[in-house]
This record gives sequence, structure tokens and C-alpha cells, in this order.
Amino acid sequence: MSRMTEFGSSDKTYMEKIFQLNWQIVLIIFLIAGVGFSMLYSAASGDLSPWASRQMLRFGIGVILMLIISIIDIRFWLKMSYALYGISFILLATVDVLGSVAMGAQRWLDLTLFQLQPSEIMKIVMVMALARYFHGLEVGDAGRVRYLVIPLILILAPVALVLRQPDLGTAGVLGLIGAVMLWLAGIRVWQCLIFSFSSIAAIPIGWQFLHEYQKQRILTFLNPDLDPLGSGYNIIQSKIAMGSGGLFGKGFMEGTQSHLNFLPEKQTDFIFTMLAEEFGFIGGTTLIGLYALLISYCIFISFSCRSQFARLLSMGLVVNFFLYLFINMAMVMGLLPVVGVPLPLISHGGTAMLTVLIGFGLVMSSGIHKGVYINRRGASLIM
Amino acid sequence: MLNRGEDQYRVFSRRAAILVGGKAALLSALIGRMYYLQVIEADRYQLMAEENRINLRLLTPSRGQIFDRFGVPLAINQQNYQVLIKSENNPDIEKTLTHLGRLIPLSANDRKRILKDVSRKRKFVPVLVREYLEWEDVARIEVNAPDLPGITIESGSLRFYPQGEAAFHALGYVGAVSPKHKTGDRLLELPGFKVGLSGVEQTFDLALRGKAGSSQLEVNALGRVIRELDRKEGKTGQNIVLTIDTSLQKQAMKALEGKTGSIVVLDVHTGATMVQASSPSFDPNNFTNGISENEWKELSEDERAPLRNKAIAGEYAPGSTFKMIVALAALEAGIINKNTSFFCSGSLTLGDGKFHCWKKHGHGLTNLKKGIAQSCDVYFYELSRRVGIDRIAIMAKRFGLGQNLDLDIPGSRPGLIPNKAWKKAAIGKSWVRGETLLAAIGQGFVLTTPMQLATMVARLANGGKAITPFVARDIISRNKIISRTDLPASDMGLNPNHLRMVLKSMEAVINNQWGTAYRARIMVPGMGMGGKTGTSQVRRITQAERDSGIIKNEQLPWKRRDHALFVGFAPIVSPRYAISVVIEHGGGGPKIAAPIARDIMVDTLNRDPAGQAPGADVAEWQTVPKEA
Repeated sequence: MSRMTEFGSSDKTYMEKIFQLNWQIVLIIFLIAGVGFSMLYSAASGDLSPWASRQMLRFGIGVILMLIISIIDIRFWLKMSYALYGISFILLATVDVLGSVAMGAQRWLDLTLFQLQPSEIMKIVMVMALARYFHGLEVGDAGRVRYLVIPLILILAPVALVLRQPDLGTAGVLGLIGAVMLWLAGIRVWQCLIFSFSSIAAIPIGWQFLHEYQKQRILTFLNPDLDPLGSGYNIIQSKIAMGSGGLFGKGFMEGTQSHLNFLPEKQTDFIFTMLAEEFGFIGGTTLIGLYALLISYCIFISFSCRSQFARLLSMGLVVNFFLYLFINMAMVMGLLPVVGVPLPLISHGGTAMLTVLIGFGLVMSSGIHKGVYINRRGASLIM
Repeated sequence: MLNRGEDQYRVFSRRAAILVGGKAALLSALIGRMYYLQVIEADRYQLMAEENRINLRLLTPSRGQIFDRFGVPLAINQQNYQVLIKSENNPDIEKTLTHLGRLIPLSANDRKRILKDVSRKRKFVPVLVREYLEWEDVARIEVNAPDLPGITIESGSLRFYPQGEAAFHALGYVGAVSPKHKTGDRLLELPGFKVGLSGVEQTFDLALRGKAGSSQLEVNALGRVIRELDRKEGKTGQNIVLTIDTSLQKQAMKALEGKTGSIVVLDVHTGATMVQASSPSFDPNNFTNGISENEWKELSEDERAPLRNKAIAGEYAPGSTFKMIVALAALEAGIINKNTSFFCSGSLTLGDGKFHCWKKHGHGLTNLKKGIAQSCDVYFYELSRRVGIDRIAIMAKRFGLGQNLDLDIPGSRPGLIPNKAWKKAAIGKSWVRGETLLAAIGQGFVLTTPMQLATMVARLANGGKAITPFVARDIISRNKIISRTDLPASDMGLNPNHLRMVLKSMEAVINNQWGTAYRARIMVPGMGMGGKTGTSQVRRITQAERDSGIIKNEQLPWKRRDHALFVGFAPIVSPRYAISVVIEHGGGGPKIAAPIARDIMVDTLNRDPAGQAPGADVAEWQTVPKEA
């Protein structure tokens, strides 16, 4: 490695950075969002309002934010990691307190166009904080028990707050992302086994604390025919809609099940069902292919980074994105209980759109600054 | 250094590779599942989609009915045929509407509203085209159904008020749902659903509304209903029984015909409202069918305010009907006893103000009984000077004046009982002694509603029990129905001797030949009435006017004439009913209000509705919901 690249990478102008952006990623994001707009147009029976137009506006704002984030130096994000984590944690706790005062499930802050859920922001900043922590460790240290205390607190504290809301799905995703980060950082295999077993052991205990409706959802998932007109209705209708789409689908705006309103929530959680009904197996797998391509580009970036921070950060964010789409699709296909996770970049709604685009902004920042070497304390070599 | 970096990188890339493999496996699982659903099982699901479509539809429960205390229906439901249109499966709505316009009249405005609604609502949500169709129209549309895609006829129910305007204000009416009602109840989303907007219909709206049922329908590929698979009947709304006596209520409305004012009759022991009449009134059935903007404007701008329930929302200076409060305050303060007398010369001078008695040449030596019976103003000026406004105000508040009475119908006004602190806060000036004198004869700042006046008399006549008036016989709390007549009223802690003295004086108002309402006495033995007249000025009489001779009320424009008031109770021995009559700008209380009160009271005593428990005649099935 020559020192030239190190100097060069830190002295890039913003213009140069924009040219070094991973434009393939941006292009695929636009493609997927475009699919989303047309599905929302179809969900409104051929109308831009009420969903598609708002979604386009949100996407526009999100993309600008993504590009700004991506050209900001990766060392800045490293320095800000703990602070951002702290702010988000306070927000999460505030919403938790306010929510219990208001006697409702107040999980979000209302920013008119976006309803920001601190728990969604938490997914990103938790990855940042963990990446920052493990960046500062020797590879051997990551497996030592005393170095595991802080990351475990970083993971479990927000998980506990989100569980209190209670938002089972998000808490599970947060925990899973945390676990993946520990795994990537290099904790021992036996530690992984202990964590897995204790998580499984916690399930019967956790069951006691679930709300009745949450228990109902899980039981209905296990056997949807138990309650074909209640909680099971959504899953059965989703399967009928998807299955009746067949290989080639019924055509754009021709989905009978969606448009005759058998399909619930077709603009949000069940939008993939509508896509699969109208464009069939071919359309559904094409979308999955686009997602896979997007994820692959991000994984390449992760592997090419010189700093552990950028590697962990981008890989963690990819996992977050993957969990969104996997849980949503598995849910509408009847492989997972209905937990209310949107399809990223497609479902109508502000929070997920914003979080996902912020995530890609950070991944691309890692990509632009992949050559930057950062020492354990967070300073780059030349500073 | 470099070694560390490489180590880290090696561990990371090995584990990340496993992770990537895991993701690939999971995505493959998704694709496999899709292949299973959409390719292998596609035929089965296509069949299910084509032939077995299950649709859930809400069933509107019928609204609870309202009866008077003898089971006379006040609000019931009638069939209402509605035409609805859905844009789904209908390529050309305008054409369909044109076609429909040949069968039933559709104005250009209707068309505009329908098209707007259709474009705003989701495709499968039916939009109301027209309601209240005659059966012949329904038949004509049914016959032409093939030419009218998306048109359906539903039979809803229509609120009907058999008594028309007689009980309008207490009952209230129903109307369209507005955004402020949206509380998540799915019923509110149904087309043409009505909610209570005033009176009992509003207070008990939730109970009257009932619970929605659901019907599980099998529909074909075009959304047409093939058959009903399952039906969960909703819960019919709760029926409500009022304490109103329709026959008395109608008598009262008749007595008020052509006048502006109100009559209230209460059961003094319970607070049950037998009569709550407010004139002019309005036929609530007009609201059910929807009234035009012009009609609404006319109604709300009418100076006689037909929409306002004057019994609870009309605020009037009580005039001399307030004097019992002053007398009780003075008695309780120990300032007077039965025999304490003051001399009335026709006026009293306080500072540089001169306060007149209504009787120009004075009443001479006046004690409590004479003071009330002949309504001597100077006697009460003397009392109030000694008691002070604050003690008068406290006594008035104990009798329910100057506050919202926790009624079971909305829209009541609090009235106003002034004291020194209030004036300082509201007007920013100190209390002036002369204002106490004005308050003592129920003028100045003092304002009361007819309901408050009736409550005041009821609390006097029942021996000082703090009853609260109500119109609905029962309250529903936690699915239990409790009769309000069973709820005891708390004791106000008044000296029974003081009450007796005041009641005796009120007896003399009517039955003593010098009393102000002697001409309105009840001649039937055993039906004697006690009471108090009041005439409240709405203008100040200037000294110049006094000198040139006071102008007769009849010569003044309506808006400037005095209000005529009367409050009373009967029978004299163990009182049962309290009445208050207020005629806006009617003239003198003794001449105008007292005879009306007498007539209504005689009717009440003859019927003696309180002798029978409210709702005694209402059959069980009418009052208790089936699934209570």
C-alpha cells in the first residue's frame, strides 16, 4: 500500500467523491423504488393519490439525504457513532415514557411527512456503535468475555426498551442484528452457541409477558385455519392472491384479489402479494433478484474496505436491509407470523424508506472512503 | 500492525462469507415458496380466487328507541330505502346516473356530490345516491337493474319522532357523522349512518347506537353476492325511557303557543323532569331528512331562537323569584326572624342612589310573609344591605343557581350569580353597595335558567334535599341499569323552620288575597299551590320616565318588554311538583306567567304521573335489550 492512496483518499473533493459514488447501487435503488411507485399507483386503482405521490416526495427527500451522507468522510461517522447512539437512545426512552403517559402505543415522532420511529433509527446507530467498539479491539480481544460486556449492553438496552412498547418484531430484529455484529467481529463459536441457547430458553419465559393479541398472532401463524375470518384471514387471503397470480400474473392493475379488497393493507405490508398477483412468479422473482443484486454490491463494498469500522458498518447495514425484505416476504407467504414489517423501498410509509436510504448512504460512504486507514483510536494514519 | 489488520480481515471475511451464504439460502427459500404457491399450487389457488371469495360486511344495528314515562314512543325507527353506487365494475358512472335520473329525480347538485364522493372513496365503498325512496321507486330500480351496474338498494332505517316538535329540545335529533365523531368505531364509516346531535340522542348516543353485526358473504368474481355463509347479528341499541310525560309536555307546548319561553315541571323528590318545554320549537323529523342551508340559516338567526333549548340554555334575570334566596340567607345569618319588619315608603335611598319599590306608594310596615307575598322590593333591599352579596351568592349556589347542573342533556348554560370576587375578576371593578340591592330583587348581574329556577323550588319544597334534574330514567354504568329515582339526594343542611317560613310565604303569594298571584290560585280543594311571581326588566327605567309616568309594557317593542316569570310548587301539603315558567318579553309575571303555571300544575296534579313509577307501563321487551 502506498502512502499516496492514503493522502489521496483523505483529500478528495466533494466533486471527486460524487464521481466515485457507486452509481450501480443508486440505479438499483431507483429501479426498486420505481416498482414501488407503480404498485402504489395500482393499489389506488390507477391514481397517484393518495399513496404514490407522497411516496415519491419522501423518496426524493430520502435520496438527497442519502447522497449527502455518502460524501461525508467515514471518519466523521466513526467519531459521531457513540454520540448518535446516545441521542437515539434518549429519543427511544422519551417516546417510551411519553407513550405510556398517553396510554397508547406511541412509537413515533411526527415530522409531518415522516413519522420517525426512534426504534428504526436505533437499528442504524446500534450498528454504528458496535462497529466503532469492535474497531477499537484486537481481533483476539473480541472473543474475551470482559470485552463482551459493553456490546451486550449496547444491544440489550434498546431491545428491552422496544420490548416494553411492546414491539415484538422490531425487538427481535434489533437483537438479531446485534448478534450478527458480534459474530462478524469474531466472538468465539462456543459463545455464539451459549447466546443461541439462552435466547431459545428465554422464549417460554417471554411468552408469559406477551399481550393477548401477540400470542394470537403467533398461534394463528402456526395454524391459520384456526380463525379464518379473524387473524388468519390476512394470511389466507394473501396466499390465495399470490397463488392465483400463477407464473405470469394477471397483469398490471388487474389483480382481482387485491382490487376486490380481499387483500388487506395492500399499500403497506401486503404490497408484495399484490405485485406477485399482478406480475406472477416471474415478477416476484425479478424483484427478489434486484434486491439480491443490490445486496451483492453492498457486500462487495464491505469486503473492499480497509478499516474494520467501515467493513462492520456496511455489513451490519446490509443485514438490516436484508432482514426487512426477508421478514416481509416470508410473512406474506405465510412463512413467518404477521409482525408488521414493511417491504423496503416499496411499501407506503416514511420511516422505513428514510432508514433504509440513510443506511445506503453510510454504505456508500464506506465505499467512497474504502481506502482510508483508521487506527484503533479512530484517527487516520496521517492525522 | 499490519498483522492485526490481516487477522481481523481474515476472521471477518470468513464469517461474512458464511453470512452471505445464509442470506442466499434464505432468499432461495423465498423463491422456493413462491414457486410452490404460484406454480405448483397455482391451479388450486386460482380456483379459490375465482369461486370462493369470502367478503365481510358490516350490519348496521337498529338504533335504540326512546319512550316517555308511560311507554309512549318518542323516537322510533322506520324503513328507509337507499340507492347506493359503487364505482367498482362500473366503467361509466355518469351514464349510469343519467339512466337512474330517468327513474328517480336527481338534481345537478346531487350528481356533482355523488361524482365527488365516488372519486374520493375507494372503489368498493358504496356511495349514497339518494335515500327515503318510495316503494314504487325501489321497484322501478330493481326492474331496471341490468342497465344500472354498480347500483344497489339497501333498506336502512330512518329515525322518526312521532311527537314532532312537542319534545324536540329534550330529545334532540340525529344527523350525519362529522369528522369530530370519528373514534374508530367502524359503524361510523357506513354510508348514511346517523349519530345523535343534540339532547338525549346525543348524551346516550353510544348506548342507542348498539354494536355492529357482520355478515360473511360469498361473492363471485365480479363482487356480486352469491350467498351468505355466516351471520353474526349485531346488538340492537339500548332503549331509553324518559321521565317526560308526553301529554303534559304537549299541554305545556300548547300553553306556550305563539309565545317565546319555557316551562319546566320537576318531581321535587327525585328531580325527574316531567315537562321540559321550550318555545318556539322545531320538528326534528326535518333534520333526519336533512335541511337546506337556507333553512338552517333562517332557524339559527331567528330572534326567537327555535333551536335553543331555553329551559336549560336561556339565561334570564330571575327578578322577584330570587327573593326566597335572599330571605333564606338573611334567616340563616340570624338577621331577621318571622316578625322582623321594615318600613316600605315606596323607595329606599342609599348614598346618592334612590331604589324604588314596584309599588309607588309603598307597602308600609312589612315582615317576611308580606314581603314575599306582596313582593316588596324595599323589604329585600333592607335584607340584602345587612346580609351582603357574598352570603346571598353562597345561598344561591346551594340551590343550584349560577352553575351547570350536571344535566343528562347537553347545551345547558350556567347563568350567573355575582359576588365581590367575581366582579373584581370579570369586570375589574370593586363591588358597589347598590349592586347588592339590585341583586336582591334578581336584577343587575344575576342570571338564571328556567331549569335552575325549577330546581331551586324543588329543593325548597322537598325540605332541602339537593336533587338534580334529569330526563332519562336510567343510567347505564358498566352494563348495569340503575334507575335514577332510586338514587338518594344529599341533605343541604338548611334549618327546617326557615324553609317552612319561606314556603308559608310562598303559599300566601297565591292564596292570600293581597298576594301578587291571587288571581292564579287553584280553586280545587287539596290542590293548592305555592309560588312566587317575577317580572324582570330588560331595560333601565330612567327618572324622566318615572316622572312622566311609566310606559305600559304593551306599548314597547317586543324586544324591550319585561320577562314574565313564575315559580311554584304543589300541593301545599307535602309538595310533589315544582314548576317554573318564563315567558320572554311577556310582560308581568303575575298576569302572564302565573295563570300558565296554574293550568299546567292542575293538569299535572290531575294526572299525577309521579304516582306511577316512570316506565311502569312500558313492556319488558321494550326496555331491556335482548342480550343485556
